[in-house]
Amino acid sequence: MTMADTVLESAPDLLVDTDRVEQGDLRTEEMLVNMGPQHPSTHGVLRVVLRTDGEMVLEAIPHIGYLHRCAEKIGESLAPYQYIPYTDRMDYLAGMNNNQAFAIAVERLCGLEVPARAQAIRVVFAEFNRIASHLVSLGTYGLDMGAFTPFLYCFREREMILDLFEAACGARLTYSYITVGGIHEDLPAGWVERCLEFLDYFEPKIDDYNNLLSFNHIFVKRTAGVGVVSVDEAIAYGLTGPPLRGSGIRWDLRKVLPYDGYEMYDFDVPIARSGGTDEIPHGVVVGDCWSRYYVRVLEMTQSVRIMRQALANLPDGDTEAKKIKNLKLPDDEVYVGIENPRGQLGFYVRGDGSTIPSRVKARGPSFCNLSITTPLCRNVMLADVPAIIGSIDVVMGEVDR
Amino acid sequence: MAPEEICKLLTTEFTDAIVKTVVEGAHPYVQVSPDRWPDVARFLCDDSRLGMNLLRSISALDLLSDDRLACVYDLMRIVVDRPDVLITETHEFAIRVETDRNEPVIPSVADVWPAADWHEREAYDLMGIRFTDHPDLRRILCPDDWEGYPLRKDYEFPLEYHGIPATTEYELPNPRH
Repeated sequence: MTMADTVLESAPDLLVDTDRVEQGDLRTEEMLVNMGPQHPSTHGVLRVVLRTDGEMVLEAIPHIGYLHRCAEKIGESLAPYQYIPYTDRMDYLAGMNNNQAFAIAVERLCGLEVPARAQAIRVVFAEFNRIASHLVSLGTYGLDMGAFTPFLYCFREREMILDLFEAACGARLTYSYITVGGIHEDLPAGWVERCLEFLDYFEPKIDDYNNLLSFNHIFVKRTAGVGVVSVDEAIAYGLTGPPLRGSGIRWDLRKVLPYDGYEMYDFDVPIARSGGTDEIPHGVVVGDCWSRYYVRVLEMTQSVRIMRQALANLPDGDTEAKKIKNLKLPDDEVYVGIENPRGQLGFYVRGDGSTIPSRVKARGPSFCNLSITTPLCRNVMLADVPAIIGSIDVVMGEVDR
Repeated sequence: MAPEEICKLLTTEFTDAIVKTVVEGAHPYVQVSPDRWPDVARFLCDDSRLGMNLLRSISALDLLSDDRLACVYDLMRIVVDRPDVLITETHEFAIRVETDRNEPVIPSVADVWPAADWHEREAYDLMGIRFTDHPDLRRILCPDDWEGYPLRKDYEFPLEYHGIPATTEYELPNPRH
Protein backbone atom coordinates (compact mmCIF):
# COMPACT_ATOMS: atom_id res chain seq x y z
CA MET A 1 0.00 0.00 0.00
CA THR A 2 1.40 3.36 -0.97
CA MET A 3 0.61 6.77 0.35
CA ALA A 4 -1.67 7.51 -2.57
CA ASP A 5 -3.97 4.68 -1.60
CA THR A 6 -4.62 6.10 1.84
CA VAL A 7 -7.71 8.13 2.12
CA LEU A 8 -7.43 10.77 4.80
CA GLU A 9 -10.67 11.67 6.37
CA SER A 10 -10.89 14.23 9.10
CA ALA A 11 -12.99 13.36 12.06
CA PRO A 12 -15.93 15.73 12.49
CA ASP A 13 -15.66 18.04 15.50
CA LEU A 14 -18.58 17.04 17.67
CA LEU A 15 -18.57 20.30 19.53
CA VAL A 16 -19.13 22.48 16.51
CA ASP A 17 -22.59 22.78 15.11
CA THR A 18 -21.54 23.07 11.47
CA ASP A 19 -24.89 24.36 10.36
CA ARG A 20 -24.61 27.44 12.57
CA VAL A 21 -20.97 28.45 11.96
CA GLU A 22 -20.75 31.00 9.22
CA GLN A 23 -17.75 32.66 7.66
CA GLY A 24 -16.83 35.95 9.37
CA ASP A 25 -18.92 35.33 12.45
CA LEU A 26 -16.22 36.54 14.81
CA ARG A 27 -17.28 38.22 17.99
CA THR A 28 -15.44 41.46 18.80
CA GLU A 29 -16.65 42.22 22.26
CA GLU A 30 -14.33 43.35 25.05
CA MET A 31 -12.64 40.73 27.14
CA LEU A 32 -10.91 40.84 30.50
CA VAL A 33 -7.53 39.07 30.47
CA ASN A 34 -5.70 38.32 33.67
CA MET A 35 -1.93 38.68 33.19
CA GLY A 36 -0.05 37.33 36.17
CA PRO A 37 0.55 37.08 39.05
CA GLN A 38 2.73 34.20 37.81
CA HIS A 39 3.39 35.51 34.31
CA PRO A 40 7.12 35.36 33.44
CA SER A 41 7.25 38.87 31.99
CA THR A 42 5.82 40.56 35.07
CA HIS A 43 9.14 40.10 36.94
CA GLY A 44 7.70 38.62 40.09
CA VAL A 45 4.16 38.52 41.35
CA LEU A 46 2.45 41.40 39.60
CA ARG A 47 -1.10 40.91 38.36
CA VAL A 48 -2.35 43.16 35.61
CA VAL A 49 -5.98 42.98 34.55
CA LEU A 50 -6.23 43.90 30.88
CA ARG A 51 -9.43 45.02 29.20
CA THR A 52 -8.85 43.95 25.62
CA ASP A 53 -10.59 44.29 22.32
CA GLY A 54 -8.89 41.75 20.07
CA GLU A 55 -5.19 42.61 20.07
CA MET A 56 -5.73 46.05 21.56
CA VAL A 57 -5.43 46.73 25.28
CA LEU A 58 -7.92 49.42 26.25
CA GLU A 59 -7.00 49.55 29.90
CA ALA A 60 -4.51 47.88 32.21
CA ILE A 61 -5.05 47.86 35.95
CA PRO A 62 -2.18 46.57 38.10
CA HIS A 63 -2.94 44.71 41.30
CA ILE A 64 -0.08 44.56 43.78
CA GLY A 65 0.49 43.32 47.30
CA TYR A 66 1.24 39.63 46.72
CA LEU A 67 4.60 39.98 48.50
CA HIS A 68 3.40 42.34 51.21
CA ARG A 69 5.14 41.68 54.53
CA CYS A 70 4.40 45.03 56.20
CA ALA A 71 8.11 45.72 56.52
CA GLU A 72 7.29 49.18 57.87
CA LYS A 73 5.53 47.64 60.86
CA ILE A 74 8.58 45.46 61.54
CA GLY A 75 10.67 48.64 61.56
CA GLU A 76 8.62 49.91 64.51
CA SER A 77 9.75 47.04 66.73
CA LEU A 78 13.46 46.76 65.93
CA ALA A 79 16.50 48.91 66.56
CA PRO A 80 17.88 50.43 63.33
CA TYR A 81 20.92 48.14 63.09
CA GLN A 82 18.55 45.15 63.41
CA TYR A 83 16.33 46.51 60.66
CA ILE A 84 19.18 46.68 58.11
CA PRO A 85 18.66 43.02 56.96
CA TYR A 86 15.00 43.80 56.27
CA THR A 87 15.89 46.65 53.92
CA ASP A 88 17.85 44.50 51.47
CA ARG A 89 14.88 42.15 51.24
CA MET A 90 12.81 44.96 49.77
CA ASP A 91 14.73 45.57 46.55
CA TYR A 92 16.64 42.30 46.54
CA LEU A 93 18.49 43.15 43.33
CA ALA A 94 20.02 46.25 44.90
CA GLY A 95 20.58 45.25 48.51
CA MET A 96 23.60 47.51 48.98
CA ASN A 97 21.70 50.63 47.92
CA ASN A 98 18.81 49.79 50.22
CA ASN A 99 21.13 49.26 53.19
CA GLN A 100 22.79 52.56 52.34
CA ALA A 101 19.52 54.52 52.17
CA PHE A 102 18.30 53.37 55.57
CA ALA A 103 21.74 53.77 57.14
CA ILE A 104 22.00 57.37 55.89
CA ALA A 105 18.50 58.19 57.15
CA VAL A 106 19.37 56.99 60.67
CA GLU A 107 22.75 58.73 60.58
CA ARG A 108 21.14 62.06 59.64
CA LEU A 109 18.55 61.63 62.38
CA CYS A 110 21.19 60.97 65.03
CA GLY A 111 23.87 63.27 63.62
CA LEU A 112 26.40 60.46 63.18
CA GLU A 113 29.61 61.12 61.28
CA VAL A 114 30.63 58.32 58.94
CA PRO A 115 34.40 57.81 58.51
CA ALA A 116 35.80 58.78 55.10
CA ARG A 117 36.98 55.25 54.34
CA ALA A 118 33.53 53.82 55.01
CA GLN A 119 31.95 56.44 52.75
CA ALA A 120 34.30 55.63 49.87
CA ILE A 121 33.71 51.88 50.24
CA ARG A 122 29.96 52.52 50.35
CA VAL A 123 30.19 54.37 47.05
CA VAL A 124 32.17 51.50 45.50
CA PHE A 125 29.56 48.95 46.56
CA ALA A 126 26.57 51.12 45.70
CA GLU A 127 27.88 51.60 42.16
CA PHE A 128 28.89 47.95 41.88
CA ASN A 129 25.38 46.93 42.88
CA ARG A 130 23.98 49.40 40.36
CA ILE A 131 25.90 47.58 37.62
CA ALA A 132 24.70 44.18 38.87
CA SER A 133 21.12 45.40 39.03
CA HIS A 134 21.23 46.95 35.56
CA LEU A 135 22.68 43.69 34.20
CA VAL A 136 19.63 41.81 35.48
CA SER A 137 17.39 44.49 34.02
CA LEU A 138 19.09 44.30 30.62
CA GLY A 139 19.12 40.52 30.52
CA THR A 140 15.52 39.99 31.57
CA TYR A 141 14.29 42.76 29.31
CA GLY A 142 15.90 40.98 26.39
CA LEU A 143 14.22 37.81 27.60
CA ASP A 144 10.83 39.55 27.62
CA MET A 145 11.40 40.64 24.03
CA GLY A 146 12.37 37.15 22.91
CA ALA A 147 16.17 37.44 22.98
CA PHE A 148 17.59 34.69 25.16
CA THR A 149 21.33 35.00 24.51
CA PRO A 150 22.05 38.48 26.00
CA PHE A 151 20.57 37.22 29.28
CA LEU A 152 23.32 34.59 29.54
CA TYR A 153 26.07 37.14 28.87
CA CYS A 154 24.63 39.58 31.41
CA PHE A 155 24.37 36.90 34.07
CA ARG A 156 27.91 35.69 33.40
CA GLU A 157 29.27 39.11 34.36
CA ARG A 158 26.82 39.46 37.23
CA GLU A 159 28.09 36.19 38.70
CA MET A 160 31.57 37.67 38.88
CA ILE A 161 30.23 40.73 40.69
CA LEU A 162 28.37 38.52 43.14
CA ASP A 163 31.60 36.56 43.75
CA LEU A 164 33.31 39.82 44.69
CA PHE A 165 30.40 40.74 46.98
CA GLU A 166 30.67 37.32 48.58
CA ALA A 167 34.39 37.82 49.13
CA ALA A 168 33.71 41.09 50.94
CA CYS A 169 30.68 40.21 53.07
CA GLY A 170 29.84 36.54 52.66
CA ALA A 171 26.47 37.07 51.00
CA ARG A 172 25.50 37.06 47.35
CA LEU A 173 22.14 38.83 47.40
CA THR A 174 21.10 40.14 50.81
CA TYR A 175 24.27 41.74 52.05
CA SER A 176 23.55 43.86 55.14
CA TYR A 177 27.10 45.08 54.49
CA ILE A 178 26.44 48.80 54.63
CA THR A 179 25.19 49.43 58.13
CA VAL A 180 24.33 52.32 60.42
CA GLY A 181 27.51 54.30 61.05
CA GLY A 182 29.65 52.82 58.32
CA ILE A 183 30.22 49.39 56.83
CA HIS A 184 30.21 46.04 58.51
CA GLU A 185 33.81 45.03 57.91
CA ASP A 186 36.81 46.35 56.06
CA LEU A 187 37.67 44.93 52.63
CA PRO A 188 39.59 41.64 52.58
CA ALA A 189 43.19 41.61 51.38
CA GLY A 190 43.56 41.79 47.61
CA TRP A 191 39.93 42.78 47.01
CA VAL A 192 40.74 46.13 45.41
CA GLU A 193 43.08 44.48 42.88
CA ARG A 194 40.50 41.81 42.01
CA CYS A 195 37.86 44.49 41.59
CA LEU A 196 40.06 46.61 39.30
CA GLU A 197 40.84 43.50 37.27
CA PHE A 198 37.12 42.87 36.87
CA LEU A 199 36.45 46.46 35.80
CA ASP A 200 39.10 46.16 33.05
CA TYR A 201 37.41 42.97 31.90
CA PHE A 202 33.88 44.36 32.19
CA GLU A 203 34.11 47.70 30.43
CA PRO A 204 34.53 46.34 26.86
CA LYS A 205 31.66 43.90 27.50
CA ILE A 206 29.19 46.80 27.41
CA ASP A 207 29.83 47.05 23.66
CA ASP A 208 28.91 43.37 23.40
CA TYR A 209 25.55 44.00 25.03
CA ASN A 210 24.96 46.86 22.62
CA ASN A 211 25.80 44.72 19.61
CA LEU A 212 23.76 41.80 20.89
CA LEU A 213 20.70 43.61 22.14
CA SER A 214 20.58 47.42 22.15
CA PHE A 215 21.03 47.91 18.40
CA ASN A 216 19.42 44.61 17.39
CA HIS A 217 16.88 45.43 14.71
CA ILE A 218 14.10 43.27 16.15
CA PHE A 219 14.66 44.61 19.65
CA VAL A 220 14.57 48.22 18.44
CA LYS A 221 11.37 47.50 16.48
CA ARG A 222 9.74 46.09 19.60
CA THR A 223 10.72 48.93 21.95
CA ALA A 224 11.28 52.16 19.96
CA GLY A 225 8.34 54.54 20.01
CA VAL A 226 6.43 52.33 22.46
CA GLY A 227 5.16 53.66 25.80
CA VAL A 228 6.30 57.27 25.45
CA VAL A 229 6.35 59.34 28.67
CA SER A 230 6.82 63.10 28.54
CA VAL A 231 8.94 64.90 31.15
CA ASP A 232 5.94 66.59 32.77
CA GLU A 233 4.02 63.33 32.92
CA ALA A 234 7.02 61.53 34.40
CA ILE A 235 7.42 64.09 37.20
CA ALA A 236 3.67 64.23 37.86
CA TYR A 237 3.56 60.48 38.44
CA GLY A 238 6.67 60.64 40.62
CA LEU A 239 8.93 58.76 38.20
CA THR A 240 12.62 58.87 39.12
CA GLY A 241 15.81 57.14 38.07
CA PRO A 242 16.22 55.69 34.55
CA PRO A 243 12.49 56.19 33.67
CA LEU A 244 12.84 59.92 34.44
CA ARG A 245 16.17 60.30 32.64
CA GLY A 246 14.74 58.19 29.81
CA SER A 247 12.22 61.00 29.34
CA GLY A 248 15.16 63.27 28.59
CA ILE A 249 15.77 65.25 31.78
CA ARG A 250 19.24 65.36 33.30
CA TRP A 251 18.40 64.88 36.96
CA ASP A 252 20.09 62.61 39.45
CA LEU A 253 20.04 62.75 43.24
CA ARG A 254 23.74 61.91 43.35
CA LYS A 255 24.32 65.32 41.73
CA VAL A 256 21.38 67.30 43.10
CA LEU A 257 21.59 66.30 46.77
CA PRO A 258 24.91 64.43 47.10
CA TYR A 259 25.35 61.93 49.92
CA ASP A 260 28.30 59.80 51.03
CA GLY A 261 30.70 62.13 49.21
CA TYR A 262 29.32 61.77 45.68
CA GLU A 263 30.23 65.42 45.08
CA MET A 264 33.93 64.37 44.99
CA TYR A 265 33.54 62.11 41.98
CA ASP A 266 33.53 63.15 38.36
CA PHE A 267 30.74 61.50 36.36
CA ASP A 268 28.05 62.32 33.82
CA VAL A 269 24.31 61.83 34.04
CA PRO A 270 23.26 60.15 30.77
CA ILE A 271 19.87 60.99 29.31
CA ALA A 272 17.82 59.77 26.37
CA ARG A 273 18.18 61.34 22.93
CA SER A 274 15.97 61.00 19.90
CA GLY A 275 16.72 58.60 17.08
CA GLY A 276 18.97 59.38 14.14
CA THR A 277 21.57 61.31 16.18
CA ASP A 278 24.96 59.63 16.63
CA GLU A 279 24.48 55.95 17.39
CA ILE A 280 20.80 56.17 18.42
CA PRO A 281 18.69 54.04 16.01
CA HIS A 282 16.02 55.61 13.82
CA GLY A 283 12.52 55.46 15.24
CA VAL A 284 13.59 56.05 18.83
CA VAL A 285 11.56 58.76 20.56
CA VAL A 286 12.71 60.37 23.82
CA GLY A 287 10.71 58.79 26.64
CA ASP A 288 10.00 55.44 24.98
CA CYS A 289 10.90 51.96 26.18
CA TRP A 290 14.16 51.85 24.26
CA SER A 291 15.30 55.14 25.85
CA ARG A 292 14.62 53.88 29.36
CA TYR A 293 16.53 50.72 28.53
CA TYR A 294 19.49 52.51 26.96
CA VAL A 295 19.90 54.96 29.85
CA ARG A 296 20.71 51.92 32.00
CA VAL A 297 23.40 50.77 29.57
CA LEU A 298 24.99 54.23 29.63
CA GLU A 299 24.80 54.40 33.42
CA MET A 300 26.93 51.27 33.75
CA THR A 301 29.86 53.07 32.10
CA GLN A 302 29.47 55.97 34.54
CA SER A 303 29.34 53.58 37.50
CA VAL A 304 32.64 52.06 36.36
CA ARG A 305 34.10 55.58 36.21
CA ILE A 306 32.99 56.37 39.77
CA MET A 307 34.31 53.04 41.06
CA ARG A 308 37.73 53.59 39.50
CA GLN A 309 38.01 57.01 41.15
CA ALA A 310 36.86 55.71 44.52
CA LEU A 311 39.18 52.68 44.44
CA ALA A 312 42.16 54.80 43.40
CA ASN A 313 41.75 57.12 46.39
CA LEU A 314 40.55 54.86 49.19
CA PRO A 315 41.31 56.76 52.41
CA ASP A 316 42.75 54.97 55.42
CA GLY A 317 41.07 54.81 58.77
CA ASP A 318 38.07 53.39 60.58
CA THR A 319 35.14 51.81 58.79
CA GLU A 320 32.52 52.29 61.49
CA ALA A 321 31.50 55.04 63.87
CA LYS A 322 31.49 54.01 67.51
CA LYS A 323 28.57 53.02 69.76
CA ILE A 324 26.04 51.95 67.17
CA LYS A 325 24.13 49.28 69.05
CA ASN A 326 22.67 51.38 71.84
CA LEU A 327 21.93 54.29 69.58
CA LYS A 328 19.20 56.51 71.05
CA LEU A 329 17.04 58.09 68.36
CA PRO A 330 16.19 61.72 69.18
CA ASP A 331 12.62 62.98 69.26
CA ASP A 332 12.81 64.18 65.67
CA GLU A 333 12.13 63.01 62.15
CA VAL A 334 14.01 62.85 58.87
CA TYR A 335 13.40 62.03 55.22
CA VAL A 336 16.39 61.00 53.13
CA GLY A 337 16.33 60.04 49.46
CA ILE A 338 19.15 58.37 47.58
CA GLU A 339 19.60 57.28 43.97
CA ASN A 340 18.88 53.57 43.81
CA PRO A 341 19.33 51.74 40.44
CA ARG A 342 15.57 52.13 39.95
CA GLY A 343 15.18 55.71 41.13
CA GLN A 344 14.73 57.64 44.30
CA LEU A 345 14.66 55.40 47.35
CA GLY A 346 13.57 57.35 50.39
CA PHE A 347 13.30 56.54 54.06
CA TYR A 348 11.23 58.55 56.50
CA VAL A 349 12.36 57.72 60.04
CA ARG A 350 10.86 59.16 63.19
CA GLY A 351 12.37 58.72 66.63
CA ASP A 352 10.85 59.26 70.05
CA GLY A 353 13.86 59.25 72.37
CA SER A 354 14.15 55.45 72.65
CA THR A 355 16.34 53.04 70.69
CA ILE A 356 13.46 51.93 68.46
CA PRO A 357 11.95 54.21 65.80
CA SER A 358 8.29 55.07 66.15
CA ARG A 359 7.79 55.10 62.39
CA VAL A 360 9.77 53.82 59.41
CA LYS A 361 8.41 54.54 55.95
CA ALA A 362 10.07 53.35 52.76
CA ARG A 363 9.42 55.26 49.57
CA GLY A 364 10.27 52.72 46.92
CA PRO A 365 11.13 53.78 43.37
CA SER A 366 9.52 50.67 41.88
CA PHE A 367 6.25 51.40 43.68
CA CYS A 368 6.11 54.95 42.35
CA ASN A 369 7.35 54.07 38.85
CA LEU A 370 4.77 51.31 38.53
CA SER A 371 1.91 53.72 39.23
CA ILE A 372 2.21 55.06 35.66
CA THR A 373 1.22 51.65 34.20
CA THR A 374 -2.47 52.48 33.73
CA PRO A 375 -2.00 55.74 31.76
CA LEU A 376 0.89 54.21 29.81
CA CYS A 377 -0.90 50.98 28.78
CA ARG A 378 -3.97 52.71 27.38
CA ASN A 379 -4.82 51.72 23.79
CA VAL A 380 -1.65 49.79 23.07
CA MET A 381 -1.10 46.39 21.47
CA LEU A 382 -1.18 43.40 23.80
CA ALA A 383 2.45 42.55 22.95
CA ASP A 384 3.53 46.05 24.01
CA VAL A 385 2.38 45.54 27.60
CA PRO A 386 5.38 43.33 28.57
CA ALA A 387 7.65 45.79 26.73
CA ILE A 388 6.31 48.71 28.77
CA ILE A 389 6.29 46.96 32.15
CA GLY A 390 9.76 45.51 31.53
CA SER A 391 11.18 48.92 30.63
CA ILE A 392 10.03 50.35 33.97
CA ASP A 393 12.11 47.61 35.64
CA VAL A 394 10.21 46.91 38.83
CA VAL A 395 11.21 44.64 41.68
CA MET A 396 8.04 43.40 43.31
CA GLY A 397 9.69 42.82 46.68
CA GLU A 398 10.04 46.56 47.00
CA VAL A 399 6.68 47.48 45.44
CA ASP A 400 4.90 45.38 48.04
CA ARG A 401 7.38 45.72 50.92
CA MET B 1 14.83 78.48 48.52
CA ALA B 2 15.62 77.90 52.18
CA PRO B 3 13.01 76.26 54.46
CA GLU B 4 12.59 79.56 56.39
CA GLU B 5 11.65 81.39 53.19
CA ILE B 6 9.17 78.70 52.19
CA CYS B 7 7.58 78.90 55.68
CA LYS B 8 7.37 82.69 55.41
CA LEU B 9 5.85 82.57 51.93
CA LEU B 10 3.22 80.05 52.97
CA THR B 11 2.36 81.98 56.13
CA THR B 12 1.80 85.21 54.20
CA GLU B 13 -0.25 83.49 51.49
CA PHE B 14 -2.35 81.28 53.76
CA THR B 15 -2.51 82.93 57.19
CA ASP B 16 -5.60 81.02 58.25
CA ALA B 17 -4.45 77.60 57.00
CA ILE B 18 -1.12 77.26 58.83
CA VAL B 19 -1.40 75.48 62.17
CA LYS B 20 2.27 75.12 63.05
CA THR B 21 5.69 75.72 61.51
CA VAL B 22 8.80 73.72 62.39
CA VAL B 23 11.96 75.13 60.84
CA GLU B 24 14.58 73.62 63.15
CA GLY B 25 15.73 70.05 62.94
CA ALA B 26 16.45 67.64 60.13
CA HIS B 27 12.98 67.77 58.63
CA PRO B 28 11.42 71.26 58.44
CA TYR B 29 7.70 71.26 57.80
CA VAL B 30 4.51 73.28 57.96
CA GLN B 31 1.33 71.91 59.42
CA VAL B 32 -1.74 72.77 57.36
CA SER B 33 -5.38 72.44 58.36
CA PRO B 34 -7.09 69.68 56.34
CA ASP B 35 -9.86 71.85 54.85
CA ARG B 36 -7.35 74.26 53.22
CA TRP B 37 -4.85 71.57 52.18
CA PRO B 38 -5.95 71.27 48.49
CA ASP B 39 -5.51 75.05 48.01
CA VAL B 40 -2.08 74.99 49.64
CA ALA B 41 -1.12 71.96 47.52
CA ARG B 42 -2.16 73.70 44.31
CA PHE B 43 -0.12 76.76 45.32
CA LEU B 44 2.96 74.67 46.19
CA CYS B 45 2.84 72.94 42.81
CA ASP B 46 1.95 75.89 40.55
CA ASP B 47 3.69 78.89 42.12
CA SER B 48 6.75 79.82 40.07
CA ARG B 49 8.91 80.49 43.13
CA LEU B 50 8.13 77.14 44.75
CA GLY B 51 7.31 74.80 41.84
CA MET B 52 7.24 71.69 44.06
CA ASN B 53 6.37 69.39 41.17
CA LEU B 54 7.61 66.10 42.64
CA LEU B 55 5.61 64.44 45.39
CA ARG B 56 8.25 62.12 46.83
CA SER B 57 6.33 60.36 49.53
CA ILE B 58 3.31 60.37 51.81
CA SER B 59 4.07 58.95 55.24
CA ALA B 60 1.05 58.25 57.43
CA LEU B 61 1.66 58.57 61.18
CA ASP B 62 -0.28 57.30 64.16
CA LEU B 63 -0.04 59.80 67.02
CA LEU B 64 -1.76 57.57 69.54
CA SER B 65 -1.06 59.74 72.62
CA ASP B 66 -2.69 62.79 70.96
CA ASP B 67 -5.52 60.65 69.52
CA ARG B 68 -4.60 61.95 66.05
CA LEU B 69 -3.50 60.56 62.70
CA ALA B 70 -1.24 62.52 60.38
CA CYS B 71 0.09 62.50 56.83
CA VAL B 72 3.53 63.88 56.02
CA TYR B 73 3.91 64.93 52.39
CA ASP B 74 7.53 65.18 51.26
CA LEU B 75 7.88 67.48 48.29
CA MET B 76 10.72 68.48 46.02
CA ARG B 77 11.39 70.66 43.03
CA ILE B 78 12.76 69.45 39.70
CA VAL B 79 13.66 72.34 37.39
CA VAL B 80 12.43 71.42 33.91
CA ASP B 81 13.25 74.58 31.92
CA ARG B 82 16.30 73.16 30.17
CA PRO B 83 16.00 69.39 30.48
CA ASP B 84 19.32 68.52 28.84
CA VAL B 85 21.33 70.68 31.26
CA LEU B 86 22.20 69.34 34.69
CA ILE B 87 20.51 71.75 37.11
CA THR B 88 21.33 70.99 40.72
CA GLU B 89 19.19 73.82 42.07
CA THR B 90 16.36 72.35 44.10
CA HIS B 91 14.55 72.65 47.37
CA GLU B 92 12.78 70.12 49.54
CA PHE B 93 10.03 70.74 52.00
CA ALA B 94 7.39 68.82 53.89
CA ILE B 95 3.76 69.46 54.74
CA ARG B 96 1.97 67.80 57.59
CA VAL B 97 -1.79 67.39 57.79
CA GLU B 98 -3.34 66.06 60.99
CA THR B 99 -6.78 64.60 61.42
CA ASP B 100 -8.95 63.07 64.10
CA ARG B 101 -8.09 59.45 64.89
CA ASN B 102 -11.70 58.26 65.15
CA GLU B 103 -12.92 60.05 62.03
CA PRO B 104 -9.78 60.37 59.87
CA VAL B 105 -10.57 62.36 56.73
CA ILE B 106 -8.10 64.33 54.60
CA PRO B 107 -8.85 65.81 51.15
CA SER B 108 -7.07 64.05 48.30
CA VAL B 109 -4.38 65.84 46.29
CA ALA B 110 -4.29 63.27 43.47
CA ASP B 111 -5.49 65.93 41.02
CA VAL B 112 -2.48 68.13 41.90
CA TRP B 113 0.12 65.35 41.89
CA PRO B 114 -1.09 62.14 40.15
CA ALA B 115 1.65 60.36 42.12
CA ALA B 116 -0.49 60.87 45.24
CA ASP B 117 -3.02 58.32 43.93
CA TRP B 118 -1.09 55.23 45.04
CA HIS B 119 0.47 56.85 48.10
CA GLU B 120 -2.98 57.81 49.40
CA ARG B 121 -4.31 54.35 48.70
CA GLU B 122 -1.42 52.98 50.76
CA ALA B 123 -2.17 55.36 53.65
CA TYR B 124 -5.82 54.32 53.47
CA ASP B 125 -4.93 50.65 53.38
CA LEU B 126 -2.40 50.58 56.22
CA MET B 127 -3.49 53.51 58.40
CA GLY B 128 -7.19 53.86 57.60
CA ILE B 129 -7.21 57.52 56.55
CA ARG B 130 -10.03 58.31 54.13
CA PHE B 131 -9.13 60.70 51.32
CA THR B 132 -12.12 62.60 49.98
CA ASP B 133 -12.38 63.06 46.19
CA HIS B 134 -9.82 60.33 45.55
CA PRO B 135 -10.37 58.77 42.08
CA ASP B 136 -10.19 55.14 43.22
CA LEU B 137 -9.83 54.71 46.98
CA ARG B 138 -9.47 51.00 47.75
CA ARG B 139 -6.90 48.83 49.48
CA ILE B 140 -3.64 48.47 47.58
CA LEU B 141 -1.31 46.12 49.49
CA CYS B 142 -3.65 44.12 51.73
CA PRO B 143 -6.50 41.98 50.34
CA ASP B 144 -9.84 43.76 49.90
CA ASP B 145 -11.45 41.84 52.75
CA TRP B 146 -8.66 42.51 55.27
CA GLU B 147 -9.87 43.81 58.62
CA GLY B 148 -8.23 46.66 60.46
CA TYR B 149 -5.32 48.95 59.59
CA PRO B 150 -1.95 47.26 60.26
CA LEU B 151 0.16 50.37 60.85
CA ARG B 152 -2.01 51.69 63.67
CA LYS B 153 -0.30 51.38 67.03
CA ASP B 154 -3.25 49.54 68.59
CA TYR B 155 -3.63 47.07 65.69
CA GLU B 156 -4.28 43.54 66.76
CA PHE B 157 -2.78 40.86 64.58
CA PRO B 158 -5.53 38.48 63.33
CA LEU B 159 -5.21 34.89 64.52
CA GLU B 160 -7.00 33.48 61.50
CA TYR B 161 -7.48 34.48 57.87
CA HIS B 162 -9.79 32.40 55.61
CA GLY B 163 -9.08 29.31 57.69
CA ILE B 164 -5.30 29.90 57.74
CA PRO B 165 -4.15 29.94 61.38
CA ALA B 166 -1.60 32.50 62.56
CA THR B 167 0.22 33.09 65.80
CA THR B 168 1.65 36.00 67.74
CA GLU B 169 3.30 33.69 70.22
CA TYR B 170 6.85 34.46 69.17
CA GLU B 171 8.09 37.62 70.82
CA LEU B 172 10.61 39.72 68.93
CA PRO B 173 14.01 39.62 70.63
CA ASN B 174 15.05 42.48 72.85
CA PRO B 175 16.92 44.99 70.65
CA ARG B 176 19.28 45.85 73.49
CA HIS B 177 21.26 42.62 73.07
